[in-house]
Amino acid sequence: MALTLNEEQQLLSDSAKDFFSKSMPVSLLRELRDNDNELGYSESHWKEMIELGWGGIVVPEAFGGLDFGYQGLGVVLEEAGRTLAASPLFTTCVLGGASLALAGSEQQKSELLPLIVSGELLFALAIEESATHGPKRTKTSAIKIDKGYRITGDKTFVLDGHIANKLVVVTRTSGEAGSEEGLTLFLVDRDSSGIEITQRKMVDSRNASDISFRDVEVSSSEMLGTLDQGYSVLDNVLSIAQICYASEMLGSMQEAFERTVEYIKTRVQFDVPLGSFQVLQHRAAKMYVEIDLCKSIVIAALSALDDDANANELGQHASLVKAKVTETFNLVSSEAIQMHGGIGMTDEEEIGFFLKRARVAEHTLGDIRYHQNRYGDLIGI
Amino acid sequence: MDKKEEFRKDVRAWLGDNCPPSLCDKGVEFSAGLSLKHRNGDSKIWLERMAAKGWTAPTWPTQYGGGGLSFAENAILLKELRRINAPIPLAGMGLVMIGPTLLELGTEEQKQCHLPKITSGEVSWCQGYSEPNAGSDLANLQTKAEDKGDHFLINGSKIWTSGAMHADWMFCLVRTDFNVQKQKGISFVLFPMTDPGVTRKPIKLISGDSLFCQVFFDDVKAKKEDLVGKLNQGWTVGKRLLEFERSSIGSGSIGIGSSVGVNLVDIAQRYRGDDEGKIEDPLLRNQVVQHEMNSRSFNASTQRLMAELKTGKTPGFATSVMKYYSSEMTQKKSEMMVSILGQNGLGREGDEFNTQELAITKRWLFDKAFTIAGGSSEVQLNIIAKRILDLPV
Repeated sequence: MALTLNEEQQLLSDSAKDFFSKSMPVSLLRELRDNDNELGYSESHWKEMIELGWGGIVVPEAFGGLDFGYQGLGVVLEEAGRTLAASPLFTTCVLGGASLALAGSEQQKSELLPLIVSGELLFALAIEESATHGPKRTKTSAIKIDKGYRITGDKTFVLDGHIANKLVVVTRTSGEAGSEEGLTLFLVDRDSSGIEITQRKMVDSRNASDISFRDVEVSSSEMLGTLDQGYSVLDNVLSIAQICYASEMLGSMQEAFERTVEYIKTRVQFDVPLGSFQVLQHRAAKMYVEIDLCKSIVIAALSALDDDANANELGQHASLVKAKVTETFNLVSSEAIQMHGGIGMTDEEEIGFFLKRARVAEHTLGDIRYHQNRYGDLIGI
Repeated sequence: MDKKEEFRKDVRAWLGDNCPPSLCDKGVEFSAGLSLKHRNGDSKIWLERMAAKGWTAPTWPTQYGGGGLSFAENAILLKELRRINAPIPLAGMGLVMIGPTLLELGTEEQKQCHLPKITSGEVSWCQGYSEPNAGSDLANLQTKAEDKGDHFLINGSKIWTSGAMHADWMFCLVRTDFNVQKQKGISFVLFPMTDPGVTRKPIKLISGDSLFCQVFFDDVKAKKEDLVGKLNQGWTVGKRLLEFERSSIGSGSIGIGSSVGVNLVDIAQRYRGDDEGKIEDPLLRNQVVQHEMNSRSFNASTQRLMAELKTGKTPGFATSVMKYYSSEMTQKKSEMMVSILGQNGLGREGDEFNTQELAITKRWLFDKAFTIAGGSSEVQLNIIAKRILDLPV
């Protein structure tokens, strides 16, 4: 287990910090929002990220990637989180990339992974069917027909759903909603007939869509992994995704915290800086302690991904980080508004973007309750 | 076989030959804090053998009685000890507090004089810091030390002195200048508790135990060569020692801060779980899960800190983070255990309560000290706010 960054990872972290702070500051997200940008991200910046090689950080060299590991991807996502940078990096490289890497056939991998590395294809994972995370509750059906399968159902809150070219769709091929058995993953082209995509405008100004599937036909060769046995691989993909997503949240919460500490150092009331009041100092110190723990569990979880820990271990890491990081990001973002006072309530001040991001992030890929329950299951209580 | 594996093999063989099996049985009472003269039987043999090997202080230099092991080798040793459930042979303030401080700040003579007696278990130490009017405001201490040429003459009193009843020596903060800013008139001295001017009075605690003393000094003598650091610069030495103390409370290595042998999940499952160990009450289950998550996060932080130390960083104020978190967490855990036991967790004494129940009750009361001793939680938060976050005074 590597709990500190090695020299190469540190260099990557530094260059990511440099890139996001200079090229993709929070003002870029504001601009996308204010212009009602249809894509919800900046294509030119995404192109730059691809040119930096970030599309292939976790992709094996055999498929054109850097094979640099999740700790590497984690530091990039963390820096992206600091400026709330909107890009397809998480959806395409983590959700898409991990689905392919874990479930894909050799042919699917050699065909598609290089297109992730080159940035030519964007991916989305169509999984949720309600406002809370619940992979086992999947109802969207895939019914066997002559040439393949016919998918019908409604997916919601699909991250980057409307910009993706390829959808990884979680379907039920047998069994009842609620059961682990009978889930199957499919790769579906977004242009397939029967697909309708509607954007949802989220409070954090990031991308999410509803996608309805009406008798969408896919060939059997588009199946990702094994028929009816999709849950175990999906569970691992989700663990990876939760850990990576938490890395991004970790960056956002640190930024929100640092901005807040800076603010109370400079804001003068009663003739003294606000930060000289012990009541604020202790609240800030407690946040620092929680953030420090979050850093430790995130790096431990990323390290476990690179060490190929088993599914139960990964699940524990994933639920631990998603629950704790969510809890802390919620705390920090709420305190950030309170400590900024009136100015924190204005749209002009950027701190509010962090609050809104925190709550959307909370509910993405499982909220605190979901992960506490999952953790309890995994440790057998 | 690589070097590490070879070392592991040697350690395993040596422990197999030298660790008395009776001590590896969890049921045996064993206090690693006792010095050699208070021991007998296997406990004594175990200490003597480990000390001869240098493994009571595995990472200290060999010339002071240490084992000269690297961090990696020490980790292997600890793992092998855990594997056979062997107790650590020796614990206490000598090993985790004054020892590391002397190694870093002591003179060569002080190291040679004091360290080997710590590693051999011959001498045990206590800490003279808090006073009746200097608790959280430690720098306000008033115990007076007068310069008498070849020695200091000490008068005053210390309180909350853990283990003072059995300690052989004290490291002590004393005031050597009353006319300067309070932090600048403090010195750090060492003296034997056998000095006729030392009187120890046990203090009975809310748990019913007497783990602390008030210690009175009436013309106690400390030799000049037992001044650690420069005259009037004891505050710096004292703070450095506190960092060692905090990191040991944080990691549980002096035996407090972690309730050894009593596991929250076990208690919750035994008292409130079904046959398969599932806890039906969703609120309780959630509390237990949250504690397990916090505990695991804390362990990850400890490991990360150790990894950073290996890269040459010093722990510094990180010890305040660890001390604050672990003491708060431990306290919540013991509150939860008492709550799980219901009224059975609230017995004072007697056969109507079983041993474990009474132990949990005592533990709960004793754990209240963790957020007070070694710098209260509030003091730790002050340190984090001022020293790490650089918030204005």
